[in-house]
Amino acid sequence: MFRYILRRLLQMVLAFFGTTLIVYALTFAGQGDPIQALAGERPVTPAQRAYLTEKYNLDQTGVGGFFYRYFDYVKDLLQGNLGESLTGRSIGDILQQAWPVTVRLALIALAVAIIFGVTAGVLAGIRRASIFDNSTLVLTLLVLGIPTIVLAPLAQYFLGVKWQLFPPTAGSDPTFYALLLPGIVLGSLSLATALRLTRASVAENLRADYVRTARSKGLVKRRIVVVHVLRNSLIPVVTFLGVELGNLMSGAIITEGVFNIPGVGFNLFRGIRTEDGPLVVGIVSVLVVVYLVSNLVVDVLYAVLDPRIRYE
Amino acid sequence: MSDFETVAATENQAARRGPSGEPGTPNQVGAANKPRSLAGDAWRDLRRNPIFWISLALVVIFTLMALLPGVFTANNPNDCLLSRQHAGPSGGAIFGYDFQGCDTYSRAVYGTRASLLVGALAALGTGIIALVVGMLAGYFGRWVDAVLSRVIDVVLGIPLLLAAIVLLKRVSSDSQAARIGAVVFVLALLGWTTAARVVRSSVITAKEQDYVAAARMLGAGNSRIMWRHILPNSLAPAIVVLTIALGSFIAAEATLSFLGIGLKAPTISWGQDIDTGRIHMREAATPLIVPSAFLALTVLAFIMLGDAIRDAFDPKLR
Repeated sequence: MFRYILRRLLQMVLAFFGTTLIVYALTFAGQGDPIQALAGERPVTPAQRAYLTEKYNLDQTGVGGFFYRYFDYVKDLLQGNLGESLTGRSIGDILQQAWPVTVRLALIALAVAIIFGVTAGVLAGIRRASIFDNSTLVLTLLVLGIPTIVLAPLAQYFLGVKWQLFPPTAGSDPTFYALLLPGIVLGSLSLATALRLTRASVAENLRADYVRTARSKGLVKRRIVVVHVLRNSLIPVVTFLGVELGNLMSGAIITEGVFNIPGVGFNLFRGIRTEDGPLVVGIVSVLVVVYLVSNLVVDVLYAVLDPRIRYE
Repeated sequence: MSDFETVAATENQAARRGPSGEPGTPNQVGAANKPRSLAGDAWRDLRRNPIFWISLALVVIFTLMALLPGVFTANNPNDCLLSRQHAGPSGGAIFGYDFQGCDTYSRAVYGTRASLLVGALAALGTGIIALVVGMLAGYFGRWVDAVLSRVIDVVLGIPLLLAAIVLLKRVSSDSQAARIGAVVFVLALLGWTTAARVVRSSVITAKEQDYVAAARMLGAGNSRIMWRHILPNSLAPAIVVLTIALGSFIAAEATLSFLGIGLKAPTISWGQDIDTGRIHMREAATPLIVPSAFLALTVLAFIMLGDAIRDAFDPKLR
């Protein structure tokens, strides 16, 4: 177990440095004269130049200087010091306002995935090869195949604008009702995946020896399914949903952009549109960390729940 | 985009671990006179699968559309007149006109080319990287495998959309070829890992076969064995994965173009048209719905085609 956690931790550290290095190298390094870029068209006095060079360690050149400044960037990132967007707002403040909305949206999406995905998955797994099973399989294939940029605007148009069942956009300080439709759109992908996972896992466990034992003891089918099969089948589903929470928080760019939800993804969406470099880089850096950490937590959780994983 | 692959991978694992799912030999249906080959068996299944035929037909139609858009529409997609903004259907424009007064249907037809081109090139690039990495890791094993597998793990841990945003922001050129090249490069760079794992595992299976031992005894070198004996036998699963990946790449390209960092005008792409249509959906909905339908059908066609072929070749999943 310890070895497994250690290995996973090392992997994450590598992925973290790999990604942040790419982010840093592509955005901050090699951009001409950063001091002049900061000043815009105004002249820079030698005193200011000397001060900024000293402050940001710009006098160190070559590969060593690059890594020096890269570690500065990583340090700032880990301390939550993300700088300012082009509009002059602190990126930390923007994120602080945006996180609660994004987390609420992600939780709604996750609830949708659990309530519908897991239930339908269990039913499909029990009645394998039935009409219900086959139609859910085709439906999930459709959902998995339709990109969010199609699903989100079409749901917004039909359910929000045309038939007016839901508010088409959320706006600032959104209510639960306003977040419901975006939550369903965002959660539909996880729903389909959760359904397929549950189905495969239930169907596999139904064939297991302990189920035969339980049946030969004379237990009723409902008890076998609920007590014996479900407990074992939900292990992969629980871990998947854990990863998914991280994905949902970092992957809501399109949904939040389309439905005007002032979360993290929306700010990234707007930053890309307005070519706000610092904002995009700041948010992407934070999201990468969220994504990596949630993946790590879930992998460790998986190993705790299912001993088979540890020894692979 | 990795969602579909996650499911498939986990279902695969589940099937492998299953108590009754013995690995190996294809099932020989009934008491036929002669045992059918795996490919023959798969083909027999595929022929009876309506999803296979529907998706294959769609793939053929969209490929033709990408090659010869003039056959499907007589109108020029760049012939736009603001005076007929959001005008209804007329003449060849069966779905009316969009915000700029361009023929909605014609733009969707001409948008096929960029999408399929990006998808196919990205799948090709992915395939090459995956074959090289998977072959080296699977064939040589030991430390080569250890190093390459860790590289795969790390790349797999990078979120595709976020990394693509950062990489593509760096591309300042607006020329058509440069943008297409950049999108293809980014998708291939980040998307090869699943295919590489598939190649690796099929190479590991293939190299234990008797014909490889026979070839080695006859004096064949490593490169000849890899190229002539192992590659042809591990290609099929890779092609299936790449078909599905092609669909996901098309979706990813559209998403990036939708965000405004993928393909840009004058290249016609569905992602951009969906974005414009979305903004003006209250005035007219067809400019949103038509490219959306084209995109969804194309992505679905490739994903369902790959899924059907995989199901046929891997009877354990049923």
